[in-house]
Amino acid sequence: MSAILIFLTVLALGAGWWLSRQGLTVKPWLQVDHAGTVADPGPSRHSPAQLGLGLFLAVVGSLFALLISAYIIRAEAGDWRGFPLPWIVWANTLTLLAASLALEWARSAAQRGALAVARTGVIAGSGAALLFVTGQLVAWASLTESGYDISSGPAGSFFYLMTAAHGLHVVGGIFALGRTLGHIRRADQDNLGWQERKEQAGLVRISVDLAATYWLFMLFVWVVLLLVLSGWAGAFLALCGQILSGSGLT
Amino acid sequence: MLVALMMVLVVVGSIVFHFLSPWWFPPLASNWGYIDDTTVLTFAITGAVFAAVVLFMAYCLYRFRHKEGNKATYEPENRRLEVWLISLTTGGVIAMLAPGLFVWAQFISVPDDAMEVEVIGQQWLWNYRLPGEDGRLGAADNRFVTFDNPLGISPHDPAGQDDLVVIGSDLYLPVDRPIRFALRSVDVLHNFYVPEFRAKMDMIPGSSTYFWATPTKVGTYEILCAELCGVGHSYMRGIVHVVTQEEYDDWLVLQRTFAEF
Amino acid sequence: MANIPHDATNTAPPAELGEMELYHPKSWWTKYVFSQDAKIIAIQYAVTALAIGFVALVLSWLIRLQLGFPNTFTFIDAERYYQFITMHGMIMVVYLLTALFLGGFGNYLIPLMVGARDMVFPYANMLSYWIYLLAVLVLVASFFVPGGPTGAGWTLYPPQAITSGTPGDEGGIILMLVSLILFIIGFTMGGLNYTVTVLQARTRGMTLMRMPLTVWGIFVATIMALLAFPALFVAAVMMLFDKLLGTSFFMPTLVEFGEQLSYGGGSPILFQHLFWFFGHPEVYIVALPAFGIVSDLISTHARRNIFGYRMMVWAIVIIGALSFVVWAHHMYVSGMHPYFGFWFATTTLIIAVPTAIKVYNWVLTLWRADIHFTTPMLFALGFIVTFVNGGLSGLFLGNVVVDVPLSDTMFVVAHFHMVMGIAPILVIYGAIYHWYPKVTGRMLSEALGKFHFWVTFVGAYLIFFPMHYVGLMGAPRRYFETSDIMVLPDSAITLNAFMSIAAFVVGFAQMVFIFNVVWSLKNGKEAGGNPWRATTLEWQTPKTPPEHGNWGKELPIVYRWAYDYSVPGAPEDFVPQNQPAAATQGAPS
Repeated sequence: MSAILIFLTVLALGAGWWLSRQGLTVKPWLQVDHAGTVADPGPSRHSPAQLGLGLFLAVVGSLFALLISAYIIRAEAGDWRGFPLPWIVWANTLTLLAASLALEWARSAAQRGALAVARTGVIAGSGAALLFVTGQLVAWASLTESGYDISSGPAGSFFYLMTAAHGLHVVGGIFALGRTLGHIRRADQDNLGWQERKEQAGLVRISVDLAATYWLFMLFVWVVLLLVLSGWAGAFLALCGQILSGSGLT
Repeated sequence: MLVALMMVLVVVGSIVFHFLSPWWFPPLASNWGYIDDTTVLTFAITGAVFAAVVLFMAYCLYRFRHKEGNKATYEPENRRLEVWLISLTTGGVIAMLAPGLFVWAQFISVPDDAMEVEVIGQQWLWNYRLPGEDGRLGAADNRFVTFDNPLGISPHDPAGQDDLVVIGSDLYLPVDRPIRFALRSVDVLHNFYVPEFRAKMDMIPGSSTYFWATPTKVGTYEILCAELCGVGHSYMRGIVHVVTQEEYDDWLVLQRTFAEF
Repeated sequence: MANIPHDATNTAPPAELGEMELYHPKSWWTKYVFSQDAKIIAIQYAVTALAIGFVALVLSWLIRLQLGFPNTFTFIDAERYYQFITMHGMIMVVYLLTALFLGGFGNYLIPLMVGARDMVFPYANMLSYWIYLLAVLVLVASFFVPGGPTGAGWTLYPPQAITSGTPGDEGGIILMLVSLILFIIGFTMGGLNYTVTVLQARTRGMTLMRMPLTVWGIFVATIMALLAFPALFVAAVMMLFDKLLGTSFFMPTLVEFGEQLSYGGGSPILFQHLFWFFGHPEVYIVALPAFGIVSDLISTHARRNIFGYRMMVWAIVIIGALSFVVWAHHMYVSGMHPYFGFWFATTTLIIAVPTAIKVYNWVLTLWRADIHFTTPMLFALGFIVTFVNGGLSGLFLGNVVVDVPLSDTMFVVAHFHMVMGIAPILVIYGAIYHWYPKVTGRMLSEALGKFHFWVTFVGAYLIFFPMHYVGLMGAPRRYFETSDIMVLPDSAITLNAFMSIAAFVVGFAQMVFIFNVVWSLKNGKEAGGNPWRATTLEWQTPKTPPEHGNWGKELPIVYRWAYDYSVPGAPEDFVPQNQPAAATQGAPS
């Protein structure tokens, strides 16, 4: 369980740091305010949607950390055999990277209010993401063809399980990109008033920002999964596990 | 006040029940008296805490019940009191944990002279394997399980040929000898549990687990499966006879080896 | 402790979120059925959870029929018995307790208590309920598939959960896993809502340290649930793969009834790690909201500030964090590496300290208080007794070596029913008696409530206190047939019959509760806005029941903490949170 414990430790440190700034040591019964003295602190730094996405990614992160933990525990059993990763997964990594870069581009464009550029970025990102999903399906097909199906060995089972879990999140992300395009289209109509245009542009900014963050995270998860599945991360994480637990808590 | 009275009754009733009821651990028949001692110590500490907390609460309920004109005291916290309570609790926890860990260290270190007995669970009966003349058990794996080899003893390991195989009948153990119970399962999880021995451990298909105990009282005891293992779980019982060394030797010569099986 | 200079603007979020727009329902359907109002969703969650909980209650009677009077009721065979205990456990833990505390009380109380108009993502909130309902329906459907629901025990341990020696190994287990996966997806939607609402939608002046402990408990429990449920999710998906696609994540080489199955190499212990990595936090996911709610009940009805508020908050946070590193205390005799016993026994017993602090502070709140024995207060007091009892028996099971003889016996069953069955359910009842007037505008009948309390509390204690001793004598749990166990004396059979009768009486008392809830809807006494004279914001709404949007035109502004009861010099024995300091007098110190 080393991977999930490391992940949760990082989250706990973050939460602890945040809590330490929330005045949890004040004596609240001593603080009674007079009418008119409680000021409005102004809008908060993150919109609810941004915070909600951050939390959601923490949940998704713990899901994948648990899958990796399970992988590590299983890989320690005696019958573990290696598993040939199809070459195409490396090419797929590049398409996912491209998707993420396109959305970063769109993010900066949306910040500037350049709707057309943002739209191009989102469309390019969606295209690259679709290519990624197709590539992953090709990887599955080629594996099945060469005789490695889901039940033919533990490493293969984990490969299918992890790529499926990641792939479903990517597909969900593509639907979200569709919504983002909808926002851009609505913001780009000619017949909008000034106020309305400003509101719609704000929605686009948040929507593209959320999309870019999500895809960056999907890229990160994929890279970690790839490191684990290819065995590169195995030695490193096992070492971490031993250090963390003292007795190999994995 | 009814509520305060009921709280007192709960405490008094629980304590009276604890001391007067006939229901307690079955008589100990192994070396694990320390486990009983730790349990009794835990009963004493937790019982005292339970009585103290609930009786104090009952007193408060009686003394500070609402009456016309009453007003509660405004006292948000009392650091000294809280520090005291934390220290006391920590002390109580250490008093229970320290002996517990000490006994656990014994529980997991099998004596070198322990005799090996393998218990193999299957839905829903108990099988056993004892080392033959070479004094050790041969390799085994569920891959080898067939109708003629229900315990999955490896046909390739010469050490396994002389192992004694006991299928579905009673187990005999010599009194006063430490025994390492090696545990396996051919199908699902089981748990080897003899209440009088106090010890128990799960049996996992695909790997081997263990615990050890020294039976100290001659007698006949029931083996219960203590891990849900399917619809016949509660009928998965066995019998273990703890006998003198002579009787044990007599029983041993009657058993068949794997080669003869 | 340094007294940090107070500046409400530092930590308080904006009074009203700019982008937050309320969805206004257009028809009866979108107002009451597909509602996005957290209060309606809360009621939907609560009614669904209580309804499925009633099914679990009936199952418990059937279990007790068999245990108390073995071989008398022949329609309960071993197969059905295992199906009953499995469904009873799973429904109670996940579909009743988790859903009711977080989906029910969380939805109703968080926005009202922090002074928000609604949850921040109302649409996701609505979806959350409907997915939960779907999960419940899938669960119920498993009763009607061939082979019936799964009988694998609520822990669903493989290999037996999916092998043929266990009832419901075909359709039953699949529907169970699918239902859990749906539940987790639905819960995640709700959970994100509750968390972000607490973080961002608090009204002006509502600093974290001014939040009622109810909100703290639900908030921390929600975060824990968000991080712990993925473990169950992963375990469920992997088991589904093992069952349907022939993978061997959890399945070693095994031979069942002479037949070599096609599995090999998997690890049953891996499932247990995943399950308990969810399962232990789950205990606190249920307990922390109960802790929070009971703190507020005691404080309100004892007319005294909760004693040691800061310590209570810290304890909630510390318990929440620690509960992620104790999971393997459920696995002391699972055959895992024996050295883990040292580590997990130590962490487990450390948790006892912050938990004990909470108990002391509840009891100390009663010291020099002005205690009103209302029905909610009675339930809160009953909670303290059962929780202390169950918590202390947890010290037996957490201390690894004491656990060895007791593990997997009826002692465990008695322990967890006391601590996470009876105790949280008493809090749920207390909370319903407490907040029903806000939800409906009418009081529940106090006479029926007191009857309900006494029968439930005394009866439950009579069921579960003696049960510890049945386990001590050596009776394993999950035994269809215990009467023929050699170590059990005949008197244990009588004891079992006694516990069963007590269980039927307790069950009957719940009918009285249901009657009370339905009857009082029309006939209860008018409650008014703040019948308990409480300080927290939900009692200060302009209308009772609160309307859509909760607060009318202006959001409340918070000037003080949630526990200003019996403040010296104040004209009344409570000062609402939205009442500013009096011009002439300073803060009490």
